[in-house]
Amino acid sequence: MNGLDFLAAAYSAIWLIIFAYLLSLWRRSARLERELDELRRGEQPSTRAG
Amino acid sequence: MTVWAIVRKDLSIELRTGETLSSLLLLALLAILIFAFALDPALLAGADFVAGLLWTTLIFAATLALNRSFLLEHEAGGWTGLALAPVDRGSIYLGKAAANLVLLIVAAALLLPLTAVLVGTTRLAPTPALPVVVLLGVTGISAVGTLFAAIAIRTRAREVLLPLLIFPLLAPLVIAAAKATAGALSGKSFAELRSWLLVLGSFDVIFLTAGWTAFDFVIEE
Amino acid sequence: MASRSRPLRDLLPWLTCLAMLAAIYLVFVAAPSEREQGVVQRIFYFHVGAAWMAFAGFALVAIASLWFLARGDRRADRLALANAEVGMLFTTIVLVTGPIWARPVWGVWWTWDPRLTMTVVLWTIYAAYLMLRRLGGGDEALGRYAAVLGIVGALDVPLIIVSIRLWRGIHPAVMLAKEPDAGLKDPTMKIALLVSGLALALLFTWLVSLRMRLQKVDDELARLNLEATPRMR
Repeated sequence: MNGLDFLAAAYSAIWLIIFAYLLSLWRRSARLERELDELRRGEQPSTRAG
Repeated sequence: MTVWAIVRKDLSIELRTGETLSSLLLLALLAILIFAFALDPALLAGADFVAGLLWTTLIFAATLALNRSFLLEHEAGGWTGLALAPVDRGSIYLGKAAANLVLLIVAAALLLPLTAVLVGTTRLAPTPALPVVVLLGVTGISAVGTLFAAIAIRTRAREVLLPLLIFPLLAPLVIAAAKATAGALSGKSFAELRSWLLVLGSFDVIFLTAGWTAFDFVIEE
Repeated sequence: MASRSRPLRDLLPWLTCLAMLAAIYLVFVAAPSEREQGVVQRIFYFHVGAAWMAFAGFALVAIASLWFLARGDRRADRLALANAEVGMLFTTIVLVTGPIWARPVWGVWWTWDPRLTMTVVLWTIYAAYLMLRRLGGGDEALGRYAAVLGIVGALDVPLIIVSIRLWRGIHPAVMLAKEPDAGLKDPTMKIALLVSGLALALLFTWLVSLRMRLQKVDDELARLNLEATPRMR
């Protein structure tokens, strides 16, 4: 492994870590949106105020 | 004064049952044995090793003992009583920390000669700095441990959480205590150990103050 | 608050991308190769920038925690959590790029160099904070407990720095001091470092804002769930 390989490894690792985090945020966000929708739909038929 | 009342109460329970101290000592002893089996005994010589072994085992054993000291109260619902009482939260913290400190002092006093003997070190040269170093060290462990044991006991994962919380924070204390103890066992004077003593002293002051202040936010129900 | 900062918030990802592109250009193209280390030295720009962010995140967790304990504002609690997660992310980047840089330059993957050692301890405190949040149960008071840890952790940092330096000082057998800031004589290198730092700071801010928004939805959901099942309680 020469210097360039190490350089590539380092920056690949950086982007990997960042994108892994963004992905986890995105997936969790999607799940929360789904739950929020279900909750809202579940509340529609009831006559509870607020 | 409340602090004194709490110290007396905890210590009298301990004097009667002796559970916490005996488990503490036994755990530390077992830890020493495990180290001796896992590592080459030929390498286990010298002041550095005695010091390192002492503090490692003290911290591990203390973590378990600290859990216990709060567990009894938590399960008996004692916290509600304490919380409702018109007591300054900070005093509760100091009282608990002092009681834990007494236990740790006793443990350290027994473990140090024990470690030295088991490790077979003959060329130790203890100086008057030794008890000071050990006292400052265990005070730090008690200061941090008491605060976070109170927090951990209130969560579900209390046994695993306490070590997770305090080990990282104790890093400077471990470094300073181990190095200073090794020095105090090798004939170093107070002057030579000045930097380490300063670190230990600062650690104790900062964390005792932090615990005393923060306890208001920990016991609020 | 949302409408006031909305334009800035929407601008953030674009600013981040722009800064990142500029940084990448400077790091890989514009900056000259270092004489002794060669191309590998280019890791340093993001490694050091990430380290700045790791420590900044730590300070921000402490500040947000203080604010939360003082005011009880849930936003502060979310800010603390977000900064802890993103801070840990950047600390991980430091600890991954460090060894990758160290190996070709010093021949070993790890050295107990003061800065790297300190970063490990920082990482463990971050980890403790996040574990407390995760394992702490749904207790209302969890935010307060975490805040205490956040503040106490920050108080510990000066002690960590001092003790680790003393620790290494006693065994002088190690390092040629790794002084990343010194030896940066070339102005282009200095600019590359600053722009990298800026890009990473923008990235940090953007990620924190994303995480906070996520947490707000999460808190909202938890609140709605609580309201939706009154009879079961």
